[in-house]
Amino acid sequence: MAKQTLFFRSISRLYPHVRPIIPRLLLGLLCALLASIVALAIPQVLRVLVNESLKPGGATEAVWVAAGVILVLGVAEAVLVALRRQFVINPATTVETRMRVSLYGHLQELAVSFHDRWGSGQLLSRAMTDLNFLRRWMAFGAIMLVVTTLTVIIGLAAMFWMSWQLALIFLAAAVPITINSFRFRTRFSKVARRSQDQAGDLATTVEESVHGIRVLKAFGRSREALENFNEQAEELRQTEIEKARHQATFTMVVTLLPELALGAGLVVGIILCAGGQLSIGALVAFFATAAVIASPVEFSGMLLAMALTAKTAVDRHYEVMDTENTITGPSQPSRPRHLAGALRFNDASFAFEDAPDKPILANVNLEVRPGETMALVGITGSGKSALIQLVPRLFDVTDGAITIDGVDLRDFDVQELRRMVSVAFEDTTLFSSSVRDNVLLGASERSDAVLGEALDVAQAHFAYSLPDGVDTLIGEEGLSLSGGQRQRIALARAIAARPRVLVLDDPLSALDVHTEELVEARLREVLRDTTTLIVAHRPSTVALADRVALLEDGRITAVGTHTELLAGNAHYRYVIASLDQEPRDLDTELSELEDQAEEVTR
Amino acid sequence: MSTATFGTANEDNAHLSKSDSRAVRRRSLALLGSLIRPVRLRFWLTIAMVVLSQATRVAGPALIAFGIDHALPALQAGDNLPLVFTGAAYLLAAVATAGLTALYVTSTARLSQAMLLDLRVRVFRHTQRLSLEFHEKYTSGRIIARQTSDLEALRELLDSGVSSLASGLLFMVFTAITVFALDWRSGLLVLAAGVPMFFLARWYQKHSQIAFRESRVVSARLIVHFVETMTGIRAVKAFRKEPENAETYGQLAEDYRKVTVRSINLNGIFQPGLVLIGNVCVAVVLLVGGFRVLTGDLAVGVLLALILSTKRFFQPVDQMAMFYNSFQSAQAALEKVSGLLEEVPTVRPPKNPVPLPGARGAIDFKEVEFRYGHGPVVVPRLNLQIPAGQTVALVGQTGAGKSTLAKLIARFYDVTSGSLTLDGVDLRDLSTTDLRRNIVMVTQEAFLFSGTVADNIALGRPEASREEIEEAAKAVGAHEFILQLPDGYDTDVNKRGGRVSSGQRQLISFARAFLARPAVLILDEATSSLDIPSERLVQHGLAQLLAGTDSAGRTALIIAHRLSTVETADRVLVVHDGRIVEDGSPAELIGGGGRFADLHGAWKDSLV
Repeated sequence: MAKQTLFFRSISRLYPHVRPIIPRLLLGLLCALLASIVALAIPQVLRVLVNESLKPGGATEAVWVAAGVILVLGVAEAVLVALRRQFVINPATTVETRMRVSLYGHLQELAVSFHDRWGSGQLLSRAMTDLNFLRRWMAFGAIMLVVTTLTVIIGLAAMFWMSWQLALIFLAAAVPITINSFRFRTRFSKVARRSQDQAGDLATTVEESVHGIRVLKAFGRSREALENFNEQAEELRQTEIEKARHQATFTMVVTLLPELALGAGLVVGIILCAGGQLSIGALVAFFATAAVIASPVEFSGMLLAMALTAKTAVDRHYEVMDTENTITGPSQPSRPRHLAGALRFNDASFAFEDAPDKPILANVNLEVRPGETMALVGITGSGKSALIQLVPRLFDVTDGAITIDGVDLRDFDVQELRRMVSVAFEDTTLFSSSVRDNVLLGASERSDAVLGEALDVAQAHFAYSLPDGVDTLIGEEGLSLSGGQRQRIALARAIAARPRVLVLDDPLSALDVHTEELVEARLREVLRDTTTLIVAHRPSTVALADRVALLEDGRITAVGTHTELLAGNAHYRYVIASLDQEPRDLDTELSELEDQAEEVTR
Repeated sequence: MSTATFGTANEDNAHLSKSDSRAVRRRSLALLGSLIRPVRLRFWLTIAMVVLSQATRVAGPALIAFGIDHALPALQAGDNLPLVFTGAAYLLAAVATAGLTALYVTSTARLSQAMLLDLRVRVFRHTQRLSLEFHEKYTSGRIIARQTSDLEALRELLDSGVSSLASGLLFMVFTAITVFALDWRSGLLVLAAGVPMFFLARWYQKHSQIAFRESRVVSARLIVHFVETMTGIRAVKAFRKEPENAETYGQLAEDYRKVTVRSINLNGIFQPGLVLIGNVCVAVVLLVGGFRVLTGDLAVGVLLALILSTKRFFQPVDQMAMFYNSFQSAQAALEKVSGLLEEVPTVRPPKNPVPLPGARGAIDFKEVEFRYGHGPVVVPRLNLQIPAGQTVALVGQTGAGKSTLAKLIARFYDVTSGSLTLDGVDLRDLSTTDLRRNIVMVTQEAFLFSGTVADNIALGRPEASREEIEEAAKAVGAHEFILQLPDGYDTDVNKRGGRVSSGQRQLISFARAFLARPAVLILDEATSSLDIPSERLVQHGLAQLLAGTDSAGRTALIIAHRLSTVETADRVLVVHDGRIVEDGSPAELIGGGGRFADLHGAWKDSLV
């Protein structure tokens, strides 16, 4: 829960966005004011016209003139209403769009650790619902708030001018209203904030339920998911009703108190009239004016609620915008004089921001020579994935440093670094676009030749036989591919980028043995001059590597060739070798099997 | 109804033909009607409160008039009773107005929130029911768009619409009666103003309908792109897709802005247009009445009252325009939502399920044929019997159809012809509960839901105790790493260092399956991200699970490229182009010199 901030401090943060459109907002305000003045004036003008110029047997011109005047005023009112919208709509939607785009831009820049914490539903509700609301408030709520306030002030002044005694009674109602409005403000803001947060969480739940639909279906857990959703939606409903209750209470106060004051005023006024201190005309005029300002006062409950909701929307927006991007390049980025691709870990340590006491990697020292292929081997949870994510700076080391050709990763321009380093993750993310665009995403040269070669290396020739060949739309909105197919596209993507440093997280895990062999044969050529760090679970993948680094509990415990490690390191044998070692029964079973097989082939 | 607009088929088209447009409108209104029906009592109650509060509101000015006309002279005559009465009545009216207003504000919120909750849950339940076939086409972003921004449009209508419509209409009716009572000729003039208003409304409806439909389409696109970026942020960053994304999003946001401006501008013509018609009508009444005053047919006072009433008659037109605007917007949104709700799940639970409390796990394919939708045949005529308790490995190249067979057994899809039975009962005759309790499939993508590690394992069997959850985790070798997490089993998978690697995710999803203890377990590449020691542990646990603690063992269907998993199977099926080309024990097949022997040899070479 964010702490409560002052209304004006929050709203004033909009100033930089709103500044260019202030003249138009003011024009809109002016139109709104004029429109309401015209609307108020029409009945008065009618009265005068009818009473003064229309008499039986009078001139026909008088009728024409009167009707003409009314027509002109009527047209003026309609035009002013239309103008108000015209002045405000374009600028307000422009501000909305600009804020939306800058939010999106900022979100793209924010570190991965931020996205790990925030569900996309929460972010989405900020980008859509909050900003939509803010636009409506700017174009309508804020203007009406000013118009209403001005109407009330002018009305009050007129009332004082007519009868100060009665006006004082009326004004007395303002005191409890003001006190109440403060209470309303704190309570309502809190609930409004809660409802917006809950709506965001609800969107996140929807998103998860769709992304995890296979799991939910496989275990038949749709009912539990529905119950959970129902519970959350019910909470949101309760919050919304609580919000309405606060608003209702406030509306009641702003309706009741002025009316009570008017009732008292009526009695006092009649007594004053009876005593001759007030003319009947003044009394009538006083109540006519009071009637005019009664509805704006009532309306203020709604407008205030709108303003407060807009305020929380602003708070939520800046909560994200104020989050600093922790992974940025320096203002003076450096780059190595000669780019060879020597990757070096110097005492690199890493722990997640929110769990500094549980380091994932501790004092990792590792050197990958230019052009060398280094396999990274370790059991599940030893920190391989974390280590790999450090290279393209998806996360930063918490201690120590990683360098490429002697330059600290943090001294590179971030985009430049990611151009040099290319990654294929284990869980493959393909975007909703063609195979071509997906593969050539990071490539500097987007040609058919590059595409063809990358697809060939990754043995992803199947792409050509898709309905529209390499232009077939894949990803969430397109054709769904099998795990093995996705993995090969992702591998092709990493290769097509032609990086200096290639980072592969178990890139062949979903491939069958034959395809794996083919990929490896082609990959070996590509890897010849590329510095490569490859996470391997199988001896077959390790075979791609010149050397192997063994990762154990977040530390590199051994580096050497596969044969060296196999001969001299028990843990390595345990991790990588599947034929000897326990479990024993499986082992004996296997050798028996082999014997049998040999016999049969003989 | 035409098939062109059935369900979500033509969702992105804003320019529908006349008949299609009418069809989707009808569908949308029917949905709105079905939402109101359960809360109709509250609906009418809310309207009654609005009407009552309007009535008490009118009492105020009447009492003021009474006070000035009667209480004042009475007071001057020395009688203060009427004054006391006026004062008391005014206070009473004030309290009633305020109370009723507060009541209808809350009541409106209750009404609208009840309807929204109803619709939210309906959409959620329906999307859960829809088959995977649908989900593979319809993106998560779209479903989120339906659940968020479309519902938001309905909410706007419900929150402001009902009360303003009711009070506005009532006000207009009363005022119209007053005008007619004063002078029927002027009354007719006022009614005549309805004609241009009707045509203006028709014009507005026609154009705004398209604008609002476009707005729904564009906002869904915006949301889809947003969700895709945020869920794939790692890849976005790693491949520097940010500038390209920013451009796409900027374009979409601009499209959205334009279509929003268009719909607002339409309203910007509609609303002032109505005001203009009203004002012109006032002028006409004045003109016609004025001439009659000149001839002496009409008293000046009556004319004044007529004109003021006419003016007042058109006052709520503003509100009505606003209502119509949000109504159009909500209708366009409900067109989309109702389309989603109209989609029929291709895999449906049976009407009269055959109970199967304790399945043994015998799977039988009889003359099974399968194709995706109307696509080419993927599985041609298959006959296959898997006895209960057998461990079967499915082997074959990527794309051979192994996963398809697995998905058929898990009933993610239904067979196109022939039958697929569990213990002699057709899968289509099993209730969802029985089906899912007996057959569980673990896939390569191990999805974790937000919540704790324990919650995620418990998904396999929600009623399981903590001990059972830990048992399951121990069985697959996940216990150790879970204990290492900051809060152990209570670690939130999205928070405080709870982020787990993909291998660990697979272990957790394995634990789920262990906890579920199904009669038939399907593993589709479920060990691909595991290192060899972990895989060995899982296999060990798997062997225990399959042997079973209870009398009968379990049936297992394993798809794996790693043949170490396959070697422990009782039986190997080699799949090629949807057909089973080899069938036998691992030893037999290795000896037979066929495809499996070939694969096995290659795999052996890949080790060490």
